[in-house]
Amino acid sequence: MREEKNIFRNIDWITVGISLALMLIGWISIYAAVYDEAHHSIFDLSQRYGKQLLWIAMALVLALFVLLADPRFFNAFALIIYLATIAMLILVLLFGTTISGSKSWFQIGDFRLQPAEFAKFSTALALASLLGRIDASLDQMRTRVLSLTIIFLPSLLILLQYDTGSAIVFGAFMIVLYREGFPGWPLLLALVAGVLFLITLYTSQTAVLLGLVALFIISLFFVRRDVQNILTLLGMLAAGVLFVLSVEFVFHNVLEPHQRTRINVLIGLEEDLRGAGYNVHQSKIAIGSGGFFGKGFLQGTQTKFNFVPEQSTDFIFCTVGEEWGFLGSLVLIGLYLALFVRLIDLAERQRSVFARVYGYAVLSVMFFHFMVNIGMTIGLMPVIGIPLPFVSYGGSSLWAFTLMLFVFIRLDANRLNLL
Amino acid sequence: MRSRQLAFRRYHILLGILVVVVIYLLRLFWLQVIDQSYKFSSQNNVLRFVTLYPPRGTMLDRNGELLVYNETAYDLMIVPRQARIPDTLEFARLLKIDVQQLRTRIEKARNYSRVKPSVLVEQISKEDYGYISEKLYQYPGFYFQTRTLRKYPMAIGAHILGDVGEVSPAEMERNPYYKMGDYIGKSGLERSYEQYLRGRKGIRVVMVDVHNREKGSYKEGRFDTLPENGQTLHLGLDLRLQAYGEQLMANKTGSVVAIDPRTGEILALVSSPGYDPNLLVGRQRGANFNQLLNDPRKPLINRAISGTYPPGSTFKMINALVALQAGAINEHTQFSCQGKSSQPIRCTHAHVTPLAVKEAIEHSCNPFFWNTFRSTLYASRFKNHKEAYQYWYDKMMAFGLGHKFDTDIPFELPGNIPSRNFFDRVYRGNWNAMTVRSLSIGQGEILLTPLQIANLAAIIGNEGWYYPPHLVRRIGNGTDSLPASFTTKIHTGVDRKYFQIVKEAMLNVFEGGGGTARRYKIADFQAAGKTGTVQNPHGKDHSLFMAFAPFDNPTIAIAVVVENAGFGATWAAPIASLMMEQFLTGEVKRKDLEQRMLEAVLN
Repeated sequence: MREEKNIFRNIDWITVGISLALMLIGWISIYAAVYDEAHHSIFDLSQRYGKQLLWIAMALVLALFVLLADPRFFNAFALIIYLATIAMLILVLLFGTTISGSKSWFQIGDFRLQPAEFAKFSTALALASLLGRIDASLDQMRTRVLSLTIIFLPSLLILLQYDTGSAIVFGAFMIVLYREGFPGWPLLLALVAGVLFLITLYTSQTAVLLGLVALFIISLFFVRRDVQNILTLLGMLAAGVLFVLSVEFVFHNVLEPHQRTRINVLIGLEEDLRGAGYNVHQSKIAIGSGGFFGKGFLQGTQTKFNFVPEQSTDFIFCTVGEEWGFLGSLVLIGLYLALFVRLIDLAERQRSVFARVYGYAVLSVMFFHFMVNIGMTIGLMPVIGIPLPFVSYGGSSLWAFTLMLFVFIRLDANRLNLL
Repeated sequence: MRSRQLAFRRYHILLGILVVVVIYLLRLFWLQVIDQSYKFSSQNNVLRFVTLYPPRGTMLDRNGELLVYNETAYDLMIVPRQARIPDTLEFARLLKIDVQQLRTRIEKARNYSRVKPSVLVEQISKEDYGYISEKLYQYPGFYFQTRTLRKYPMAIGAHILGDVGEVSPAEMERNPYYKMGDYIGKSGLERSYEQYLRGRKGIRVVMVDVHNREKGSYKEGRFDTLPENGQTLHLGLDLRLQAYGEQLMANKTGSVVAIDPRTGEILALVSSPGYDPNLLVGRQRGANFNQLLNDPRKPLINRAISGTYPPGSTFKMINALVALQAGAINEHTQFSCQGKSSQPIRCTHAHVTPLAVKEAIEHSCNPFFWNTFRSTLYASRFKNHKEAYQYWYDKMMAFGLGHKFDTDIPFELPGNIPSRNFFDRVYRGNWNAMTVRSLSIGQGEILLTPLQIANLAAIIGNEGWYYPPHLVRRIGNGTDSLPASFTTKIHTGVDRKYFQIVKEAMLNVFEGGGGTARRYKIADFQAAGKTGTVQNPHGKDHSLFMAFAPFDNPTIAIAVVVENAGFGATWAAPIASLMMEQFLTGEVKRKDLEQRMLEAVLN
């Protein structure tokens, strides 16, 4: 057994390195996105790149504290941290400041904090703590219900703040549950339902219904045609038909108008160059104009002329795509892929269920952010305003991701100390 | 083994991540390397949204002659972020503005937005445009946008046609169709028929390279929309009559309104002093507008619809008609007149006495109408004089008085017919015919617009009905494009036979030996009319005249008001007479009279 003080030797430097690289890329991109001939000092705190530099420094201090902390603390206090976050989420509903439509910020002087960002961390801890208990198993209904409650309680509270993007992120924890033994079919069902929803909107209701019937007939040839199988297939057909019939209703009566437009823009039914489609369209032009090698550092014109709104926060990937081209995009996405693969490896090598579940939770949240954020800039996902981990401008999200990742790195460094 | 099974699920998750990453990379490869439409030039590629302004609808008179048309002008646009000016002095000279002004304008555009286009110099003429556009390649970040400006072949009808100007922030907020720098009808028909005249803007998305050169349509024009031309307005106005009326009213203050009684179409609507509509077009619009606004003669006011006057004697026919209909008098009822010593209202005319309604109108006898009005208020069919007054008031409304016609140009006033409640309030409920006696001769609280007086002439000419007066007879090629209110016949509820009595009396005003307008009788047709001389606390009496012609089947009804000019017979009657002659015969034979009216200076 190794010595506790050798912690820095046990740290997984690959993960640390990737996260530092992402922060560096983020800072360079923010610098390029807001670059103006008038201000070029990189330490100018009136500019976003100046502030981001400060926040990166503070994030590193935070990371150091986490690494020096006692790893047992996180499991022991998971529930308390979780409950404290829930309390914050309720308080922000009552006393929060509204910024661009979401009542999700605490404002203290110039300083703003978004509790939703930290809710992901505390939910991950709470979930890991629950599943890490010896008597817990996802084969039991009780554990399933409890874990779903842990996940969706904060999500619901965030939804009440009109911050739909952050609320959806909690769906990512389903990946963790799947790994830990939650049945696969509800996930598959949700995926199929999502695809059916989009296809129905994109084509026509009749076409999809005919398709379902055709699928039913084809599948009859592949199964043993006994009563039970036929009944099962018929049941699936009926469920599918009902679902397709309800799509129009849900789309027109349940969704908010701006959500409808975003979905319409995504599936190409609406091309309003000056309205909802504007961001995505400009973002695609910026990325597309980058070409293979990119236009070069500070040479981007689309992002520089402010064609892309939110270019230093949610649409930061545009700057990378435009100035560094396909090559740059490949590097950035490669870094993320490396991070994800590494996180899976690290999670799987944990000896405690707590650490493994927590590791998968970190992976899931980061992957979900990555998928939605980049997907929306290239027109493959609806516009949901969530940041790109470590890269997007903003203190709250940077610290939240740093905290999440480094707690896992700390747990991992300690893995050999456990029996 | 359950736990090994579950451990295998890591590969499902990994596979999911890989699928997403591969899809994203393929998509990026497509966007960045294969699809060329996003980077047409490897340099600067900027989309420019060029608004295509449709030509505004023109306006034609009743004979298809042009009242307003369009002329092309060009706005020079600037996109401050892209703007490069190698030599400011040279550029200012090119644009014909001084350097300091150029700098302020660029600064203003930059403050509005660095990336959105703003107008730098508006309404550049065709000649300058050709010259400047040849040199414009030296100045990236500038381009031209085509606009149309209003042009008036004859400088007439400014009050009717109205003017066009840039939208105000308030207007933009009310209607999101309008964007900064768009034009909108500000007054007159331009304002009321804005939505038909403006057409619909189109948009063209073009790609522009770093040298400010258009590189063609973006995505083969998938996002372009064609502009829709504004619709033509066909007016009931007679251009020649309008022009003639404005000439006659030059150097006088007042108005002339002529209506076609058969349809309610306004043939002429003159308000004097007027102004040249071309003043409110183009770059000098603001300065000229302020000058007109501060002119002590107030040329911007459209006196024909927003000037209100006591109608004086022209009102007597209406009182006679109401009394006849109420049964308070009949055709043969006579009242005596003591001339200047009559009580409570004296008579200014010498005539036979006693007299009946027809002669009373012809001689404009004040005591007769005082007695008529009193008889109406105390007629036996009413419970009391207040109820009788209500009957009288309701009839006034039916004659189109005391309320707006909602005609098709803005700023029309309702005039005033005092209500029963008004007198109850003023006299604390204690009033009678004596108290309100001025109403009997069209004085006191009564106020009418010249439009309402002309419409009274139309009602009498039609023997009891009218269409609300309006200017536009047709929009575009539509057949039923007019508001229904303009094509709904309104009946006054007074019998035709009473109108015939009044008409005969008005005929005698021209034809009779003692008629007040007998000197202005026209040889070619019979006209009927009534003079009015209205006391006015601010100066000399107003001169009023109302008439219609030809007598048997009137096609023109007219009202003339000349402010502070004295007797109705001296100025308003001859002007009305000349107008009718011009309209019905196409030329004026009485050159002496015409000359005298044209030369008169009465302000």
